[in-house]
Amino acid sequence: MTINQVQDKIIEDFSVFEDWIDKYNLLIDMGRDLPLIDPKHKTKDYLIEGCQSKVWLYPEFNGHNVTFTADSDAIITRGIVALLIRVLSDRTPDEIIASELYFIDRIGLRQNLSPTRSNGLLSMVRQIKLYAMAYKAKTKQL
Amino acid sequence: MRLTEISSLKTISEIRADFPVLSRQVYGRPLVYLDNGATTQKPRCVIDAVNNVYTTYNSNIHRGVHALSDIASEEYENAREKVRSFINAAKKEEIIFTPGTTGSINSIAFSFGERYIRPGDEIIISHLEHHANIVPWQMMCERKGARLRIIPIDDTGEIIFDEYLKLLSEKTKLVSVTQVSNALGTVLPVREIIDTAHSGNIPVLIDGAQGVQHGTADVASMDCDFYVFSGHKIYGPTGIGIIYGKEKWLTELPPYQGGGDMVDTVTFEKTTYNELPFKFEAGTMNFAGAIGLGSALDYVLSIGRENIESMEKELLRYATERLSGIRGLRVYGTSGRKIAIISFLLSNIHQYDTGLILDKMGIAVRTGTHCAQPVMSRYGIEGTVRASLCFYNTMEEIDMLGTGIEKVISMFEK
Repeated sequence: MTINQVQDKIIEDFSVFEDWIDKYNLLIDMGRDLPLIDPKHKTKDYLIEGCQSKVWLYPEFNGHNVTFTADSDAIITRGIVALLIRVLSDRTPDEIIASELYFIDRIGLRQNLSPTRSNGLLSMVRQIKLYAMAYKAKTKQL
Repeated sequence: MRLTEISSLKTISEIRADFPVLSRQVYGRPLVYLDNGATTQKPRCVIDAVNNVYTTYNSNIHRGVHALSDIASEEYENAREKVRSFINAAKKEEIIFTPGTTGSINSIAFSFGERYIRPGDEIIISHLEHHANIVPWQMMCERKGARLRIIPIDDTGEIIFDEYLKLLSEKTKLVSVTQVSNALGTVLPVREIIDTAHSGNIPVLIDGAQGVQHGTADVASMDCDFYVFSGHKIYGPTGIGIIYGKEKWLTELPPYQGGGDMVDTVTFEKTTYNELPFKFEAGTMNFAGAIGLGSALDYVLSIGRENIESMEKELLRYATERLSGIRGLRVYGTSGRKIAIISFLLSNIHQYDTGLILDKMGIAVRTGTHCAQPVMSRYGIEGTVRASLCFYNTMEEIDMLGTGIEKVISMFEK
């Protein structure tokens, strides 16, 4: 599936719920399924510090695709991290760089990804793109 | 002379009707506003007072020869008098308008540091301070080679008075402490702190940001040297705050900022400063904010400060009882002397998760460190959920908070 196909699937998954409580319950469940970062990488180097919650993000590049594992200290943040990883992990750097995330807005969680809500998520998206750019540059050099 | 404080005959629903924001909804649910420690809502009279400035007499103060400037200047000075009377200062000249508590403390830290602080001197603050009463002193200490000393706190969130006594020495040049902890709600024994410091001729600044709106702030009876607070936390507009300083200090301190209105004569060789309080009010002041603050203080007096205090005491009692019954809820700040703030954590649930779900139910609380990271470190936590109540809150709202918290627990416990 392409990045946009995954985004559309998530939008569909969430669209069956009218009540916000069900949406958040789904998010909590998704947080539990997150590909967890290896505890040894849960260090300052991979920490994205937000004022409200923290996110750890660890990238790996096999020369073709970038994969991410992550964690957060807050469960709802972890749920959104899980969604971002589902969309953006195991992709080529070009796919990641070109991606435009619209699903957060469409599933009604936009407030969680705003600069005023400093939970680390917006920085996480930026960081994912920065890693992709760095790996792309590295591939060119080789 | 003090204004006589009349008893309020208003019912709680009449009081709530004075605050337009309180009747709105969020996410289709009635707003339960429990973030009064961050900022309070504004009564209609304050909104009208500010509106009235801009619709009927807006004009720059202390400058014009024309009618509107006269009215604006007079209203601004009336507001100063209202502040003086409200905190029971001796003279109007001792009341300086600032942009807020942070601005007030930065200004005093700069001026006091320039005038009095030498390398090796010490400033004492407490472990309960908001960052606004830490960082300006750190900056000043760094500039002057001085040292910041900290009064520790115990597990209940009270300062350890004996440790304070040990910190006082001939090196101490100023004590700057909060009247009430914004993170925990603890009321500090400011009277005792001041008396002890004064016995060594050490001046004391009291940060009244969380104190002025609860109970009675009386600078004469406290005998503090400086008292600072913000308008927006006492039902007034944002962007206006106060420095009260004893005249002898304000006369000696150099101004923090230079500009218009604060000067007497200006030549390129030398400028002499205007008299108090104008020496500290450089540039065009937030006169609309000051006038709004005056109106807010009138409002508080119309409800009655003793009434407010007893209403809030009852809210704290009920909230403590209601929330303490919730399994896994731990309250931080358990002093017997507290304002109506409940800072808490739910076991194994992050404060951000709690805050987000409460928000979805229309309940506004604050989560995080509350700009008081040292307090959080003291308890080995990264933040709390803070419900801060004031007199317009109701028992029903506390019940809604309680039910909301129980819902949070059920969602995350699955």
